[in-house]
Amino acid sequence: MENDNKVVEKGKSATDKEFVWPDLVFKELLASVGVVVLLVVWSLLVDAPLRPEADPAWTENPAKAPWYFLGLQEMLVYFDPWLAGVVVPGLIVAGLIFIPYLDINNPISGEYRLGKRKMATLLFLFGFIMWFVLIFVGAFLRGPSWYFYWPWESWAVVKHSNEVLWSFHWLAGVVFLGLFFIGGTFLSIVIGKGFVQRLGRTRSLIIIFLALSMFFIPVKIALRLLFNVKYVLRTPFFNI
Amino acid sequence: MSEQKDRYGLSHRFIKGITGSSIWKSVFRHGYANTDKNRALQITSNFFLHVHPIRLKKHAFRIRFTWCLGGITFFVFIVEFVTGILLMFYYRPVVEFAYMDIKSLMIDIPFGAILRNMHRWGAHLMVITVIFHMLRVFLTGSYKPPREFNWVIGVLLLINTLLLSFSGYLLPWDQLAYGGISIGTNMARAVPFLGHEGPFAVVDKYHDVRFVLLGGTEVGPVALLRFYVLHVILLPMVVLILAGVHFWRIRKDNISGPL
Repeated sequence: MENDNKVVEKGKSATDKEFVWPDLVFKELLASVGVVVLLVVWSLLVDAPLRPEADPAWTENPAKAPWYFLGLQEMLVYFDPWLAGVVVPGLIVAGLIFIPYLDINNPISGEYRLGKRKMATLLFLFGFIMWFVLIFVGAFLRGPSWYFYWPWESWAVVKHSNEVLWSFHWLAGVVFLGLFFIGGTFLSIVIGKGFVQRLGRTRSLIIIFLALSMFFIPVKIALRLLFNVKYVLRTPFFNI
Repeated sequence: MSEQKDRYGLSHRFIKGITGSSIWKSVFRHGYANTDKNRALQITSNFFLHVHPIRLKKHAFRIRFTWCLGGITFFVFIVEFVTGILLMFYYRPVVEFAYMDIKSLMIDIPFGAILRNMHRWGAHLMVITVIFHMLRVFLTGSYKPPREFNWVIGVLLLINTLLLSFSGYLLPWDQLAYGGISIGTNMARAVPFLGHEGPFAVVDKYHDVRFVLLGGTEVGPVALLRFYVLHVILLPMVVLILAGVHFWRIRKDNISGPL
């Protein structure tokens, strides 16, 4: 039966189809040639970096991770390593994997129609852009000891921090996180009229949790930069 | 007839002689004249091209639909594969030799510098193109049914691309490599339960995930060998298998398009 359907479909759409040879194969060839030219020119003009030999007794300052992980390293300023290096990347990967199973709002596929998928597009682009903003800051605006240096500032000028960081009382922290995540969930349900009905309860709650977790990152960054907050929640076991 | 033969002359007869020979016909099993049959056979009778469908909907030909990003990512992977194999002739993953081997590639060995440069910049390019391929697939909603699971495989390929680049980062054994990998693997200390500095740690620093990753408590000779094996065998194999499944599923489900 499946085969029968395919035959019908083939006959129906035969007119708007085009042979792959040579049109598409030729475009692929052109793209490959373009990539080779780009890589060869780039490699002729710029040498890959090679610093002095590794010496465990002497560490670079600042020691920077490869650029694609600098967003996570930059987050170390605002979060403990278990969050910045483990939980956040874990949530990013899980969130990415879940996307097709969460975004079932409409079947628009195969064309750029962002206006019809506003919420999905906004959430994805928010995370995408934040990832690259953090990488940009880590790559170009961080100097020795991970202090903030504008591009025109010399790294030779040693910076010191005299800011005194403070943390919320644990009760205030519980209330703050409760308000943010539970209050945020109720707020999203009220504002997003009827989307719980459309997507189902489990899907909606997962989307809201992932989105709120994502928004928590700039919130924590703002708390730190504006009010010198080190931790929102302190416990003997972990700090957030 | 004879007039036409004169016009084409010797070269025509020469080419006919080659393409009419039994050796040529044993390799290329169909003609090249512009017929529907030949254009179909051109794809189906060629091992390297047969991952393509014979015909595609017109929108799929538009560069501004796919931006060629998935294909470019795979092509850069092939470039990495070839340059990587050539680099393996000159590189030993041993602390005593690793740095000097890279140094001599940059200074002594003919075409060594451009070989290493292409491998290094290609790795950056592949990370960029795979990320923007993901962006394109998201913006076109191409993960909608029936292609959900191919998006999942794509995410796994993205992670593998990052791991490939990250594992290669240590191999030059210079300060940049040492610092970058130390910072990166220090994160593994903080894994909840399984990292010795993470919340609810149940292991000490000789038994946590970082120790497994580095084969020690510091970035040292064992880590160099581990990252090398991951970089040249294990991760490329995983990428090849996942990419094979990724392409095969696109072929089975067809490329996404407007309803």
